Amino acid sequence: MRYKAKVEVSLKKGYYDPEGETIKNSLLDLKYSVDEVRASKLFHITLEADSLESARSEVEEMSQRLLSNPVKDNYRIEIEEIE
Amino acid sequence: MVSMSKNRVKVCVLRVGGTNCDAETKRSLVELGADAEVVHMNQIVEKKKLEEYDALVIPGGFSYGDYVRAGVIWAKEILGKIGPNLKTFLEEEKPVLGICNGFQVLVETGLLPGIEGISPFPTATLATNFSAKYECRWIYLRHENRGRCIFTQDLTKDQVLYMPVAHGEGCFALPKENEKKLLDRLIENDQIVLRYCNRDGSPAEGRYPENPNGSIYDIAGICDPTGIVFGLMPHPERAFYGWQLPDWTSLKELPVYADGKQIFKSMLNYFKNR
Repeated sequence: MRYKAKVEVSLKKGYYDPEGETIKNSLLDLKYSVDEVRASKLFHITLEADSLESARSEVEEMSQRLLSNPVKDNYRIEIEEIE
Repeated sequence: MVSMSKNRVKVCVLRVGGTNCDAETKRSLVELGADAEVVHMNQIVEKKKLEEYDALVIPGGFSYGDYVRAGVIWAKEILGKIGPNLKTFLEEEKPVLGICNGFQVLVETGLLPGIEGISPFPTATLATNFSAKYECRWIYLRHENRGRCIFTQDLTKDQVLYMPVAHGEGCFALPKENEKKLLDRLIENDQIVLRYCNRDGSPAEGRYPENPNGSIYDIAGICDPTGIVFGLMPHPERAFYGWQLPDWTSLKELPVYADGKQIFKSMLNYFKNR
């Protein structure tokens, strides 16, 4: 079975986000009244697996081992079967 | 153990795509009498064995384009392809130095800070600079190690060094939930080696640009609990010769060497004492 996963990696609360802050300042320059911007990274992963559960647990492992640094990052996974 | 009285210290300066400080690093080591060579990661995996070397240097650059996070791709490659060899290397008390991107790699491998031993997951991070910019500037560093780190044995405690930094992700941070406790452990273990400071050696206290990236406790370089693994954001190989100093043309007397030399010198001296 083929699956498509989205992994969103974002900075944990309490960590200063220089990229988000820069974007916020640019939006303020454009006269938008924004309070906060937090930037995140999105990874789109296509994989083969026997079931949705095994695909999910594999993507979970990828997120922990490579895509995020547990010290500063949170990750969120969305996964669906594709034909 | 290799006897260094007769043989020159054999140093592996490892590189992958995106490494760009390997030549200067090699030159610094060769100048001090080491038998240093630049070795591509593929060579160390396929042909040459890591155990042939007495010391390993992971130099600066932008390995794998800094994709995902600076240093992480190379770190995983090292763990996956030469992890057991590196473990043996460290068990034989052979030194490992990570400069800039090399420091990021050592943190992502879990070797640094390694408070509880080598961790399967990173236990610290070198996050994006607070300035959101690539910081390329000369800065002052204070040597704070009390004797653990073998790479600064030639330096006196509180000695001030002048070296350049050049990085976008150099903000040393610990898990927020037990930041204070971990920082205290680092200090207690004598793992703090270099801190960003003012010209007179007084602490930068997080002030920009003396602390160029927002690192906690102004940390610029740390070692592992054994002192044979050392990572630092500044570039000693770019402050090796006197003519690399930014103001060298206006100096009355041009020194032959600059402050970075002492890092490499200390590393090589380690073999004399073994």
